[in-house]
Amino acid sequence: MRKNIILCGVGGQGTVLASRLISAAAMARNIPVLSAETIGMAQRGGSVFSHLRMGEGIHSPMIARGEADLLLGFEPGETARMLPFLRPGGQVIVSSRPVTPVMAALSGEAYRAEPMLDYLKAQVPSLLVVDGERAMREVGSPRVLNLILLGAALQSGALGLTEADLLEAMQRLIPGKFYELNLRALRWAGENK
Amino acid sequence: MHTAFLMGNEAIALGALAAGVNLVCGYPGTPSTEVLETVAKNRPEGVYVEWSVNEKTAMEMAAGASYSGARVLVTMKQMGLNVAADPLMCLEYIGVKGGVVVLVADDPGPISSQTEQDTRHFAAFSKVPCFDPSSAAEAYAMAQEAFAFSEQHGTPVFLRPTTRVSHGYAALEVKDPEEYEQHSPSGFEKDPGRWVIFPRLSFANHRKIEERNEDLSGLLCESPFNRMETGEDVPAPRKGLAAGGISYTYALEAREQLGGIPLLKVGVPFPFPEKLAVNFLRDLDEVLCLEELDPVIERNLIYICGKYGLKTHILGKQTGHMPRSGENTRDLVTDAVASFLGAPRKTETLPPPPPLPVRPPVLCAGCPHRASFYAVKQAMKGRKTIFCGDIGCYTLGNAKPLEMVDTCLCMGAGLGIAQAVNHLEPDRSCFAFVGDSTFFASALPGVVNAVYNQASFTLVVLDNSTTAMTGHQPHPGTGRTVMGQVVDKVSIENVLRGIGLTFVETVDPLKLTAAVDAVQRADAAPGVKAIIFRSPCIALSRPTGRAAVNPGKCIGCRKCIREIGCPALSFAEGKAVIDPGQCTGCTLCAQICPADAISGGEHHA
Ligand code: SF4
Ligand code: SF4
Repeated sequence: MRKNIILCGVGGQGTVLASRLISAAAMARNIPVLSAETIGMAQRGGSVFSHLRMGEGIHSPMIARGEADLLLGFEPGETARMLPFLRPGGQVIVSSRPVTPVMAALSGEAYRAEPMLDYLKAQVPSLLVVDGERAMREVGSPRVLNLILLGAALQSGALGLTEADLLEAMQRLIPGKFYELNLRALRWAGENK
Repeated sequence: MHTAFLMGNEAIALGALAAGVNLVCGYPGTPSTEVLETVAKNRPEGVYVEWSVNEKTAMEMAAGASYSGARVLVTMKQMGLNVAADPLMCLEYIGVKGGVVVLVADDPGPISSQTEQDTRHFAAFSKVPCFDPSSAAEAYAMAQEAFAFSEQHGTPVFLRPTTRVSHGYAALEVKDPEEYEQHSPSGFEKDPGRWVIFPRLSFANHRKIEERNEDLSGLLCESPFNRMETGEDVPAPRKGLAAGGISYTYALEAREQLGGIPLLKVGVPFPFPEKLAVNFLRDLDEVLCLEELDPVIERNLIYICGKYGLKTHILGKQTGHMPRSGENTRDLVTDAVASFLGAPRKTETLPPPPPLPVRPPVLCAGCPHRASFYAVKQAMKGRKTIFCGDIGCYTLGNAKPLEMVDTCLCMGAGLGIAQAVNHLEPDRSCFAFVGDSTFFASALPGVVNAVYNQASFTLVVLDNSTTAMTGHQPHPGTGRTVMGQVVDKVSIENVLRGIGLTFVETVDPLKLTAAVDAVQRADAAPGVKAIIFRSPCIALSRPTGRAAVNPGKCIGCRKCIREIGCPALSFAEGKAVIDPGQCTGCTLCAQICPADAISGGEHHA
């Protein structure tokens, strides 16, 4: 199996943990993994991404244009930004909930998710839109979008991993008191098809 | 051995531990910080680790440890190397006893730095050999190799990853603690002829260093880190690639797609492996150099062509085949190699997306720096001012709507800039902002200078009790060390009073009225004044509640959004809205709302 996955969003949305969970799950199955994260200034509300590559014979942790099998988008605009990395026929999973940039709030121009989602719909045959707003409300925390999207990716089959793989990784990487909450988030997509 | 998923920086730390490192010191700086933190987390009994007050002190610690026969790792980012330059330049002339590895992380882009300076140049300038890893796996190997190399040749050694190597993760085979080398320092032995630098010693050692580096250039042709990868036979013109750092992995990927042309990998760019390069160049007509920051490999190859009378054309940054600044990417390298081979890549382009959101980094929701900047801005409204900023999260105070950073140069520079402007324009109110960690690292000489030379300006210390931008390291004012000891805090107030300041006031910036009042009184007082805005970093303190807008009361004036720019605030359907996922309940917006429409939250007094 060889897979290239890009996670993208806004600093603070929890992309790094999601990427670590996928890597840990792949490693537990003895699949070689390379990944790269945005660390530093951009984590303060800037655009962030993780590149994650699994399989044999990979040299660089970075993914090139047209190479990603799965684009896991935490934010519609950020997902549109990263779309050139998707390979033809690749899967996109995106949360429909926009994060308004401070610049837009200040200038008073509206920032809306719809044009971004329409653009994605027009370009991507296999697009899965997750109602991130509703999911977080139902799971009961504004900070679990990462596990909600991971659950959707799991359902889509594009991860190439099983729920058991991820659960084992979650037990190792997520502190006990947050485990139940994150488990509910992971399973939300499966229960709300 | 066991397998672990490690960040490049973690791999370097574990490599140093495996080599039996005895002392590790440094100053935080992206992208280097995780190296020291990982050592601290995994340190076996007897390994000493500290965050030093700045890089100069750390480098001097390294010298002392090495004189005592200890193996030492000193860590910093490329900007920090400038601060540590004085002791390092001299230490190279003195030489080392215990192995000294100087970890300097470079930052192509730059992603989190002021400059794109290239430590490979610094290596040639200081005559210090430089290992340049291309991956986390190689960084792990180099970190182990470098200590023995340092001791064998009596010189400090640079280990110089770049951001993508430092922050890239890989599944690696690493040693178990039982397999770690044990290294016991012999202790300091008096030997003034060896440890005291004098012109005569420098003269003698300079010659030895040059000879040694010539020898090393030969020796390093055999190093596994420098190597040639032969290619398939191709018709003339015969073409090859030369690459170092992360660009080497991009070159490997490009070769897989475009054909295996010969490739020279330079893993130790100083002393440059000259003979290896001659062998490589001899059979080639054209070589494209793939590297980030400065054209170091490129210039070395051009020099070698001249020295050995080779006709090979060397292409790269100086010939416009590669960009002069910024980081390389897989696509950039693959495109460049494809064009070099005469078959430019066709790329499928998508229709353009709708206008994408612009997201410069911003101060977090509830960040106390926002309140501090806002208080100074309000206090000085309508006055002739200069606000000198510094390096840290608070550099972000430059963004709209605060616009409270008129200058930012390097750590501690705001103090010197404010003083000079004050001497030239005595009627201007001059402010220098500095964080708590930066205060200790590099602001003290500036304060003493101002007091001695009779400058008048207001020093604003933004004290959030951590080194926030680099990921929350302790510092002398926090009362904790990286080894977890609880120690006496060095008091910023006492330090300033000790220097002779009489106006030193500590204020909670989230109490807006009191904060504004303190700034106005400071500005009116003569001489050097200091305000310490003390409130913990929001990323470390738990939110005390959340604020909410009462839509019935909100008059839609947008004042809260327009004036403070908190990322939790937005505007929808004529009313302000607070995102509960981001709001920390700092109450700054509530304190400025003219309609009293915001309630909830309480600030962390
Ligand atoms: S209280 Fe207001 S200013 Fe403070 S974090 Fe919440 S929305 Fe932002
Ligand atoms: S300042 Fe107050 S009244 Fe004005 S938009 Fe903000 S919440 Fe509404």
